[in-house]
Amino acid sequence: MLPKLNGVKVPHRKNTAAMPAVAMPTPKTVTIPMNMHIGAPSKPCVNVGDMVKVGQIIAEAGGFVSAPVHASVSGKVTAIGPMLASNGGQMTAITIESDGEMAVCETCVPPEVTDYDSFIAAVRASGAVGLGGAGFPTSVKLDVKDTSRIQEVVINGAECEPYITSDTRTMIDDAQWVKEGVELLKKFLDVKKVVIGIEKNKPEAIAKMQELANNDSTISVKALPSVYPQGGEKVLIYNCVGKVVPEGKLPIDVGVVVMNCTTLTFLAKYMKTGMPLVEKVLTVDGSAVANPQNVIAPIGTSMQEIFDFCGGFKADPKKVLYGGPMMGIAVPDTSFPIMKNTNAILAFAKKDAVLPEPTPCIRCGKCMTACPFNLMPVEFARALATGDMALLEKRKVNLCMECGCCSFVCPARRPLVENNKLAKAELRKYQMEKNGGNK
Amino acid sequence: MEKLIVSVSPHLRGKNTTTKIMLDVIIAMLPALIASVLIFGIRALVLTAVCVATCVAAEALFCLIAKKPIPVGDLSAVVTGMLLAFNLPVTLPIWQAVLGSVIAIVVVKQLFGGLGMNFANPALTARIALFLAFSATTMANYARPVKEALWKFNLADTDLITSATPLAVSGEEAPNLVGLLLGTHNGVLGETCALALIIGGIYLVVRKVITFHIPVVYVATVFVLAFVAALVGGAGFVGALNDATYQILAGGLMLGAIFMATDYVTSPYTKWGKVIFALGCGVITFAIRQWGSYPEGVSFSILFMNILAPYISNWTAPKALGGVKAK
Repeated sequence: MLPKLNGVKVPHRKNTAAMPAVAMPTPKTVTIPMNMHIGAPSKPCVNVGDMVKVGQIIAEAGGFVSAPVHASVSGKVTAIGPMLASNGGQMTAITIESDGEMAVCETCVPPEVTDYDSFIAAVRASGAVGLGGAGFPTSVKLDVKDTSRIQEVVINGAECEPYITSDTRTMIDDAQWVKEGVELLKKFLDVKKVVIGIEKNKPEAIAKMQELANNDSTISVKALPSVYPQGGEKVLIYNCVGKVVPEGKLPIDVGVVVMNCTTLTFLAKYMKTGMPLVEKVLTVDGSAVANPQNVIAPIGTSMQEIFDFCGGFKADPKKVLYGGPMMGIAVPDTSFPIMKNTNAILAFAKKDAVLPEPTPCIRCGKCMTACPFNLMPVEFARALATGDMALLEKRKVNLCMECGCCSFVCPARRPLVENNKLAKAELRKYQMEKNGGNK
Repeated sequence: MEKLIVSVSPHLRGKNTTTKIMLDVIIAMLPALIASVLIFGIRALVLTAVCVATCVAAEALFCLIAKKPIPVGDLSAVVTGMLLAFNLPVTLPIWQAVLGSVIAIVVVKQLFGGLGMNFANPALTARIALFLAFSATTMANYARPVKEALWKFNLADTDLITSATPLAVSGEEAPNLVGLLLGTHNGVLGETCALALIIGGIYLVVRKVITFHIPVVYVATVFVLAFVAALVGGAGFVGALNDATYQILAGGLMLGAIFMATDYVTSPYTKWGKVIFALGCGVITFAIRQWGSYPEGVSFSILFMNILAPYISNWTAPKALGGVKAK
């Protein structure tokens, strides 16, 4: 048996688990960024003043690792220009003023899919990206060329972040679509084994998926302990199929493809309807939100409109996040739009927003025993402070997935993830210089 | 709208804090403190209070002078004070206890950068300093518990019989094993009652403040070595068993293994590092006790291993999951 991976017990706070997603009214405007995925930004293919319909392509993939973008409302393109990205950088976004009609584009017809190539092409045209949060273009992930490389597909239903329940609702409310999705994988990717990994704190979702497994010997359900970060890709692969993805390799290199359950259901729906990725189910929660719930919102809707739909704020929001509290990204204001990979927006009142002040490191080593990858944040911090790049390289800071376990357990409240991020960046710079800039 | 707080994830933190850890250590030391008062009298409490007060005051004063933020309420100075007191004979003059506390906090801890930066355990190093300074007089006089002396603060010479640690005596003078477990024998304040120390140790392990590795490996190493040495010396199986048990219960081993060697700052943070560290402590303790000129070797062994701790951590770094050796 493989040794158990480290992790931490985080509070669950799945307050919205029993709430099926509610569609919100059409927003007046949507602002759709061109950087909603990992890879090259999409290239706008409409002009200001153009009339667009729901599902119409408004930006083409900007390269191989990229994805097209579609209009999420019908109306008029009013602006194509720069906007602030949540990481502080600049990105291009297309603003559409809704005409309130939600008229569907004529191009939205089920794609003709007959074989591997047409399947991959359809996935690419759908605009699908990893909806679990990473936003890696799905077509790139599935384009394995030789389908015999895939030994198993792991469906990620772990949803280990506190608060978020959008994947839980997908598995419960869209179970038949998960089934359809598995059928697609079997048919076009020749997949013979599908493992659905779900944390044990979601018994209803496990029961629904088990029903599928009972009728299909390809599928098995793996109930996983509620230990964060169970849904981290490498952690999930380890716990579901017992494989370690080596440094610098992809899951497919060990014969595994991981797909988020919501990404899979989206693909299944797309193949039946031809409606590309234009809306998203997301959890709206946090101590500042009046009525926490799951919402279906057009991509590009501003956070503020969604919070308003959820009854506004019951307390002054001091911190607003894309995603969960462990890995989510804090934004400077609520004008930021919902993106393809947004699975939650959380707003916190002051007491949950202000982080405790750091105190000196007491070298307790709890960060090490929390790290799922056996990394040593305590040493990264010291190596970064002294500029010891060789130590950072030796201790593999590059493997850090920034899950947050170390910062979570640190009794001195030290900003270890922040440190790790900086150390990773410094190490990359150092390695580039070492390799003469050829990397 | 007011500006929102933007910070790097995670936005959620656990409930553990340095203060809570220190508080747990203090709680774990209470049984031994109570035992010391019952065994040696009220002066044990006074001495502990003096050490704690001096440590806290010295830390605040030093930080004030050095213009550093005064570490309010992290309780680490309280732990140091208690630990130092536990290493002192009940008869020690107050001024020597004050001196020891200042050495622990100012010289060993703050001059190296304060909490988390010292390479040697402050309480333990201060004990060694006092021991070397006053070994001809006060630091070698271990009070034997005497009922009459229990509630007196000023211990006149007639009230107490002083003698060496049980490790240096033999024959009829030596306490029996039950006595060692309960602590009704001579020694420094906090070391005599093995039972109270073990209860504290179990508390720390249950509360996940420490892992069992260091105390168990340390004590086991001394036990095994003492057992083998006694066997070789011709003690016979039962005799050797007795000898080895005596060795682990007498002297400062339990105090050192549970409370001193487990100090986060000065011990390795890797699992196997802790094992090697404790093994080294055990071997050196045994060697000093067996062949050295001092009857007791716990402090020196831990101090020596403190110095090696960073290297041991380095040698025993766990392999990163999926990590590939750098070219």
